[in-house]
Amino acid sequence: MRQRNVLEYLEATVSRLPDKVAFADDECRMTFSQVFHDSRAIGSALASKGLTGEPIVVFMPKSPRAIAAFFGCVYGGDYYVPIDPEMPRFRIELIFENLKPKAVIVERSISDELSSYRHGGELLFFDELIRTPVDEPLLSGIRERQIDTDPIYIVFTSGSTGVPKGVVACHRSVIDYIEQLSEVLGFSEETRFANQSPLYFDACLKELYPTLKFGATTFLTPKQLFMFPVKLVEYLNEHRINTVCWVVSALTMISAFRTFDKVKPEYLRTVAFGSEVFPIKQFKRWREALPEATFTNLYGPTETTGMCCYYRVDRDFAPDEVIPVGRPFHNREILLLTKDNQPAAPGEVGEICVRGTALTLGYYHAFDRTDEVFVQNPLNDRYPELIYRTGDLGRLNERGELIFVSRKDHQIKHMGHRIELGEIEANVNLLPGVSMCCCLFNKEKDKIELFYVGEDSEAELLTALKDKLPRYMLPNRLTKLERLPLTANGKIDRMTLMRRVENQGNAE
Amino acid sequence: MEELIEILTDLHPDVDFTTTEGLVDDRILDSLDIVSLISEIDDRFDVAIPAEEIIPENFNSAKAIYDLIRRLEDE
Repeated sequence: MRQRNVLEYLEATVSRLPDKVAFADDECRMTFSQVFHDSRAIGSALASKGLTGEPIVVFMPKSPRAIAAFFGCVYGGDYYVPIDPEMPRFRIELIFENLKPKAVIVERSISDELSSYRHGGELLFFDELIRTPVDEPLLSGIRERQIDTDPIYIVFTSGSTGVPKGVVACHRSVIDYIEQLSEVLGFSEETRFANQSPLYFDACLKELYPTLKFGATTFLTPKQLFMFPVKLVEYLNEHRINTVCWVVSALTMISAFRTFDKVKPEYLRTVAFGSEVFPIKQFKRWREALPEATFTNLYGPTETTGMCCYYRVDRDFAPDEVIPVGRPFHNREILLLTKDNQPAAPGEVGEICVRGTALTLGYYHAFDRTDEVFVQNPLNDRYPELIYRTGDLGRLNERGELIFVSRKDHQIKHMGHRIELGEIEANVNLLPGVSMCCCLFNKEKDKIELFYVGEDSEAELLTALKDKLPRYMLPNRLTKLERLPLTANGKIDRMTLMRRVENQGNAE
Repeated sequence: MEELIEILTDLHPDVDFTTTEGLVDDRILDSLDIVSLISEIDDRFDVAIPAEEIIPENFNSAKAIYDLIRRLEDE
């Protein structure tokens, strides 16, 4: 029978490998049977309170316990929304406002922090929930009624209006993704992951669900280690890590400082990366250091559940070449559409659009914003069929591989994160000391530049922004101007400012 | 030292780097900061910090970073 529920992964594995460690960090190790027990206890507690079919916020620091809470929500017939207390205050407020959750699962040690937010939800302590007796009939009743298009999580992604968008994914899209990804990257019971992504991004699906599916093990790498390359590689060796799916900047941090001269990841055989361009010079250092390993570039927007395309590196690249995005996983199709919604000719640039089961359900409580990008396939005038318009522009190279070209709007990729420059601008414009601003991205230097007019000094503005935006969205350079250049029809002249950014670069 | 304080203050204008210690332990600096700091130090002091020196002890205070730069300059 075809799998309908992500929890079937866990249930098949727990009977086979009950005592194997599933998820571990420096403080806590959880075996499959602990994950199984705790998540079913949490599910029982939620359902017995009548909380089913609800978004449940999991307000916990990254830990194996937070992961068990996620699955607990799914057992309860709910969908989890990870919020990490390290996220900026203003962003968390916006997320609570969008969700209006009926319940929040919280780690007791940080419940004070949570109580400073107005969210209106019932407070549920993790340590109490896991002491709830497992109510077998209640859980099987929920399972009986669940269908594979029911949601399982919401993760929030940058929105150009300044309000983050909650992407809702369901069992079916996650199962489809995990099956394809596992085949492409060759996961197995022997796989030992070192996780890098925060749990509030869909990037962590790559570790969470294959761990359940295969009975693999995921180590949650302490964030601090990503500052210290030698220690990071030593950590990989200590835990005999053989698989990493990391953002490019985490990998280049290691190679750029010539860490491999000192120490190499001895067990690493599978390296997947994505979310931004891998500079070829750094990539070469990785391949030289790990000649046995496979390297796979992954590409995909959150809206189509994790990743969508892959390219297994099979040749050398010149320093000015870009590693292709490759081809779609099975069971999804990439359409390249021109401005007039026609298929792009071979080599011609078009918008990357995705068709298939991998499409998420859309944005939470945002039907209008959903309808803008989850649209009827313009090539199909016969029956309803949704595609997701990524806003990314791409083309096929002469080998038929998909190449990412650029964005059609002001969305950027910086340090592995997807960022709307408009969201930064919207937040800057909220500050009382600012009357006008423009945010640009210097791609060559990988720096976010902000120009503004107002009373605040650069330092004051940056300090104020820290409350509103995540660290990776903060401008790298701020420039206060008497006035911003305008175009003939009165818009901020981004081109002139961009030239100024480029000239500054040359002057240095 | 002044130039180093300037680089650090550009990263975090709200921190007084002349007195603050525990820059790593108290999570004032994150990995993005360390990466930009190291490349700025390379640009402005012409000192390439080798991987084995990129450890918490060498980045916990402005003084520790400065001592590291001086030590590497001498080598």
